[in-house]
Amino acid sequence: MLDLLNKVFPKDNRSKDIAKERLRLVLVHDRASVAPQFLEHLKGDLIEVISRYMEIDDKGTEINLTSGEESVALVASIPIKRMKRHAGTW
Amino acid sequence: MGESLVITSGKGGVGKTTTTANLGTSLALLGRKVALLDADIGLRNLDVVMGLENRIVFDLVDVVEGYCRLKQALIKDKRFEGLYLLPAAQTKDKTAVSPEQMKGVVGELKEEFDYVLIDSPAGIEQGFKNAVAGADRAVIVTTPEVAAVRDADRIIGLIEAAELPAPKLIVNRIRPSMVKKGDMMDIDDMLEILAIELLGVVPEDEMIVVSTNRGEPAATLQGSRAGEAYRNIARRIQGEPVPLMSLEAEGGLLKRLKKLMGFSS
Ligand SMILES: Nc1ncnc2c1ncn2[C@@H]1O[C@H](COP(=O)(O)OP(=O)(O)OP(=O)(O)O)[C@@H](O)[C@H]1O
Ligand SMILES: [Mg+2]
Repeated sequence: MLDLLNKVFPKDNRSKDIAKERLRLVLVHDRASVAPQFLEHLKGDLIEVISRYMEIDDKGTEINLTSGEESVALVASIPIKRMKRHAGTW
Repeated sequence: MGESLVITSGKGGVGKTTTTANLGTSLALLGRKVALLDADIGLRNLDVVMGLENRIVFDLVDVVEGYCRLKQALIKDKRFEGLYLLPAAQTKDKTAVSPEQMKGVVGELKEEFDYVLIDSPAGIEQGFKNAVAGADRAVIVTTPEVAAVRDADRIIGLIEAAELPAPKLIVNRIRPSMVKKGDMMDIDDMLEILAIELLGVVPEDEMIVVSTNRGEPAATLQGSRAGEAYRNIARRIQGEPVPLMSLEAEGGLLKRLKKLMGFSS
């Protein structure tokens, strides 16, 4: 019986799954925009970590949330000035 | 010294006033002394839902402006021992009271009552700030809809910012048959998304409409599923571990079919 129901209403088409997915996406944006300084903190931390590996242009660094149809992504653009020389292996 | 709870939501019309009235009545039925405080200044409703609208002489604004003493403004609900209402002003606006004044009134009520239930207005402006100002804990009401849950999330953040303990959630107007079909978000979906603890689930119930028409909270009606849910929530507020009632007890179509066919679930 349940199997039959699931075939007639495939999981992703159930309106509750659509509601849940929309909610998940909208809350990513809501929560990020309620605390805009959080992106600035994240940017600072990112710069610090990445600088251990390469020299980057922190003024030119940008980080943002972008949303597509079904997902939200964190997009960072970090211009590299110079790569550090790493001790190679023999 | 009693405890104050604010009933709030973000989105309007999800059932804050209904919840405040029913929880207050239920707590009074459990033998507690309860003050209901309508913080929705300018749009008072709690008096009507409680059926006490004809007994108002003074209101919250009269109290903070010093026109009367707190005791004079409290309306005693003669039907339920220990239940009182402090009505909001209908003709003033939300700025007529400050958060500090609210804190004072709630503090004074807590000296007399076991529970002070504060009915918050919708939104996140001054009225909400007032309602939260005197509260020890917050209860968030939502319905199982995207917009209501979204606004609940915002309110949870503001409650955290106000440094109240983690709020708890009441999901109102659940329709078990729709949940079963996958056409309404279920409780677990909402708890997961909001990362919040559940205080209770109240089903959609026509008796709420009938009881609101009459000015008699559904919690007093034995046959009301929502009333039963509210009585259970009141016991949880007191600290009793009451299990969630089964919302399918009446039997949706699917359940009855399954029974007929010899399955049980
Ligand atoms: N469980 C329920 N079943 C059926 N109807 C309900 C239920 N809960 C609330 N309602 C109805 O929904 C409407 C809104 O409820 P209520 O006034 O309690 O919401 P509110 O959150 O206080 O609104 P506002 O934001 O305007 O203050 C009322 O007509 C009420 O009777
Ligand atoms: Mg209301």
